[in-house]
Amino acid sequence: MSFYGTISAYKGRGQAQIFKNVPPELLRKALRADEVTDGQFASLLSQGAQGSLEEMAGRSRELTLRYFGRTVQLYTPLYLSNYCDNGCVYCGFNSANTLERKRLSVEEVEKEARLISSTGLKHILVLTGDSREKSPVSYIKSCVKALKKYFDSISIEIYALTEDEYAELAREGVDGLTIYQEVYDEDIYSSVHPAGPKRDYKFRLDAPERGAAAGFRNVSIGTLFGLGDWRREVFLMGLHARYLMDKFPGVDIGASIPRIRPNAGAFSPMVEVSDSDIVQTITALRIFLPRLSISVSTREDPGFRENILPIGVTRMSAGSTTCVGGHSIKADENGRAPQFEISDRRSVDEIRAMLEKKGYQPVFKDWMEI
Amino acid sequence: MEDVLIIGGKRIANRLFIGTGKFSSYSIMRQVLEGARAEVATVALRRVDAGSKTDNIMDHIPAGCIVMPNTSGARNADEAVRIARLAKASGAGSWVKIEVIQDNRYLLPDNIETLKATEILAKEGFTVLPYMNPDLSVARRLVDAGAAAVMPLGSPIGSNMGLRTRELVSIMVREIKLPVIVDAGLGKPSDACQCMELGCAAVLVNTALAIAEDPVNMAKAFALAVSAGRLAYLSGIPAEAPGEANASSPLTGFLRKDS
Repeated sequence: MSFYGTISAYKGRGQAQIFKNVPPELLRKALRADEVTDGQFASLLSQGAQGSLEEMAGRSRELTLRYFGRTVQLYTPLYLSNYCDNGCVYCGFNSANTLERKRLSVEEVEKEARLISSTGLKHILVLTGDSREKSPVSYIKSCVKALKKYFDSISIEIYALTEDEYAELAREGVDGLTIYQEVYDEDIYSSVHPAGPKRDYKFRLDAPERGAAAGFRNVSIGTLFGLGDWRREVFLMGLHARYLMDKFPGVDIGASIPRIRPNAGAFSPMVEVSDSDIVQTITALRIFLPRLSISVSTREDPGFRENILPIGVTRMSAGSTTCVGGHSIKADENGRAPQFEISDRRSVDEIRAMLEKKGYQPVFKDWMEI
Repeated sequence: MEDVLIIGGKRIANRLFIGTGKFSSYSIMRQVLEGARAEVATVALRRVDAGSKTDNIMDHIPAGCIVMPNTSGARNADEAVRIARLAKASGAGSWVKIEVIQDNRYLLPDNIETLKATEILAKEGFTVLPYMNPDLSVARRLVDAGAAAVMPLGSPIGSNMGLRTRELVSIMVREIKLPVIVDAGLGKPSDACQCMELGCAAVLVNTALAIAEDPVNMAKAFALAVSAGRLAYLSGIPAEAPGEANASSPLTGFLRKDS
């Protein structure tokens, strides 16, 4: 079994129609239902639902409060390496881009860890570019070993691994996996991933379930906003999350909603995604999957992050940098390029103060190795 | 006569136990515990950051309140046992609320793994309060395993649906000699009152307080409802009237035919 079966089933079906001609009663039902069907989920994402955004946001807020309370979980990314064999057209680490390539030594990783840990954060997201040669699993394992001294929860956002490799990292103490499909539309996937191991659509699509099977406690998926038709993308991502929840009821499934930002390759989004579209995405996902963790990164600007907070966000990054070694070295000092530009540059303390002011408890620690 | 609940050798006058998750701040949580005069609070060990550079939840539990660490995050008996031992080693006392959940959608507990963990931890001297689906035969086994109380759910965690398991809980109250404490799903003070009227020994509430507009006053309201329900139970609640009176006695009227 693979989620690919569902992708195939929806392929070529009058897609536009699903999101356009939605009977209003379907939407009304979706807003009241205890169990939202796939069709109702589509209605929440439809153009017809745009006029009901306030009502949807109200329902979304109510569900978020009930299941997550007045809390927001904080984490920060730590980039280990930017060596990459892929040619993803939207990414600053694209192998064709000329930039200083760097891989942190374990000592440098510890230096980053000490700095991050001094902010109080206990959850870390470790990232690498896609290079099995430059950042093999053995290297990631030694970094994880060093990071365990500082953090209670370690998640990885790296190239797609086999189930055995994921299990190896889970045994080393990694408890979370983040891996975005980037774009569920197979044709667009093929065109924006012209070279490198990431071209293998199915191997990437099945990575979240290999990770869940390997023993990770949290698995987060995502579609990159700005590549495919966002309604269709969010619909498939929601079904993917639901598929993972059904198959792995003990695993906490999350979703991210990253919008494409400018980067070294100066890639412009292929489709425009407005703030209103992001709000519709969050509310539709929340109503469809009330317990889904929803993460918003520093790609979004401070004002927008604060506005969408009460609607359904449960995780936020803080004090972020997307440069290798960026926590200990100021990126502009050595000219090291970021993976993408961040919009919310606030420190962990500033994010913490903002959350408290807004009536949310910033959660620094919500996991322990057991 | 003084009405106290005794668990693990401790005398507890306030039968409203409070969960500490989901609050907007530790300060509000503390005000809730103080406002309700809570004597028992449960804390997820996975959230405790003993060496915290930011804040440690334990510093915000009022003195005198019994801390009952819970095993939130455990998916099986082994993990629950490990968390309980870590809690004890960290100085959090010997009470433990066993919470074993393998189902992230409804957050319903796994009774089989809960029973296994209870057997192990009770033998090690813990005061064990297992969170469970209201199943009488499992509850009996938990008694045999050495549990200090049983904690059936009223409805799924966070659902605020109230005491949907009323009949099953009331059977447990009649049959189980240990304190029966309804944990999870209570959304309103009247839900808590209803549990106490049935004869439950206590209730445990979290979400309904944490997400109320005014958590402190909501906690006080719950405390009043718990006291009211308890007092009513002790006062002997009259049976409900059996419906409309029927003068003709169609079934037994023949007995009086000779008069």
